[in-house]
Amino acid sequence: MRRVAITGAGTINPLGHDVVQTYAAMQAGDCAIGPLTCRDLDRLSVQIGAEVRGFDPDAHFSRSARTLLDRFSQFALVAGREAMVQSGLSAPGLALSGDMACRAGVVLGTAGGGNTTVDENYRTVYEAGKNRVHPFVVPRLMHNAATAQLAMEFGLKGPSYTVSTACASANHAMGQAFHLIRGGAADVMMTGGSEAMLCFGGIKAWEGLRVMAQDTCRPFSRDRSGMVQGEGSAVFVFEDMDHALARGADILAEVAGFGMSSDASDIVMPDIDGPSRAMRAALQDAGLPPDAVDYVNAHGTGTAANDRVEAQALRRVLGDHLDRIPVSSTKSMHGHLIGATSAVELLAGLMALREGVIAPTINFSEADPEIALDVVPNQARRGQVDVVMSNAFAFGGLNAVLILKRWSGL
Amino acid sequence: MQQIDDISERVIAIIAEQAMLPVEEVTPDLQLSDLGIDSLGIVECIFGIEENFGITVPFNANTPDQPGFDISSVGAIIAEVEKLVARKAA
Repeated sequence: MRRVAITGAGTINPLGHDVVQTYAAMQAGDCAIGPLTCRDLDRLSVQIGAEVRGFDPDAHFSRSARTLLDRFSQFALVAGREAMVQSGLSAPGLALSGDMACRAGVVLGTAGGGNTTVDENYRTVYEAGKNRVHPFVVPRLMHNAATAQLAMEFGLKGPSYTVSTACASANHAMGQAFHLIRGGAADVMMTGGSEAMLCFGGIKAWEGLRVMAQDTCRPFSRDRSGMVQGEGSAVFVFEDMDHALARGADILAEVAGFGMSSDASDIVMPDIDGPSRAMRAALQDAGLPPDAVDYVNAHGTGTAANDRVEAQALRRVLGDHLDRIPVSSTKSMHGHLIGATSAVELLAGLMALREGVIAPTINFSEADPEIALDVVPNQARRGQVDVVMSNAFAFGGLNAVLILKRWSGL
Repeated sequence: MQQIDDISERVIAIIAEQAMLPVEEVTPDLQLSDLGIDSLGIVECIFGIEENFGITVPFNANTPDQPGFDISSVGAIIAEVEKLVARKAA
């Protein structure tokens, strides 16, 4: 069976505008959660979020390009350019050529798509009472816009589509990219996720569910009080292992396994069975026993229900081995990037494999007696990590788990 | 007194609708779980109360046991709504 390598990684997220900055922030245990700056903030009960600060679209895009790009597509392009440059396959704006172009594609995850564009244009027609919107509203807001923009940027002409499974979108997308390469439908896939929902309407919708924290995000901590929304993107280059080796690419890690499941029980309340089955399926796909896992990047949203149920599901799958390994939630630092979150979290997995540093769960104040996990509280830790499990569990009960392996040659 | 009774009746009507029960069966001593109202149902009840009374209820589904808005029984909810309505009138 074909094996799959990661040969490029890129990101722009609340912790940093590239991978190097993001790793540094994760190692320092930085918290990017702060006061929101969106319009009509006084009408929101949620006042905090993890925004991408200091992002200047003009530094990345011409004015004519920008008119077609929602913020979520801008993030995806910035992240994708970094990933593609690192892979050595192309450069910004440079199309792949010939056969390789037709054997390369894009699968991205997003939950909200062009939510900012939707928000702005609803204001235009409903609030301002105008009867005309900008001609490019649809090409900006559609969920597949970021995918198409990346395909155009690099001339990727193979299988390309967008996956939308709420908070598991990016893991589902990356799992699909993995399958496409392993199954022989493509040799190179750009994949990951992008999200930009920190606009008035995007926050207001989440507010309604009464699950948002007022102070900060404290995954697994006894005093956790909910999730905090973030925004941003991470994009990776997945590549057929032989293809990558043949061209002497730097292999960041091997994608070893992927597992999916559906709870089929409740539209929002998590379940132990579904996530357990997804984790088991991923391990089985990777051909690894549970005790091979060295680090789990948890879904760890900081809600009362998710964190308790995830801990129980981990126990069911990993048994006593769970007592010997770290399990951290980097959402404590970068917030919950909804459809992009598992892509940014995969960076924590890569960092553990490549640099031997395990990202912490910050804002941790007190252990929850119902959660017996080593959450790497508040400070990053050194450790040898050969196998990472990265969890994503979405509303709707749709679960997706990826397993990465350290690459040390054939 | 009339106004207090009115608040009680309105809160019970909201909860009864959520529970799909006649209002006579929704008594102050009962817990929402006794009425078959789950976590999503609680959030809908809170929303219904806010819309009906024009108030904002400080409720976070992650910390239902914490003070702010006591939802331990139908009677507790009525008492909390009475406080919020009085505060709004003041």
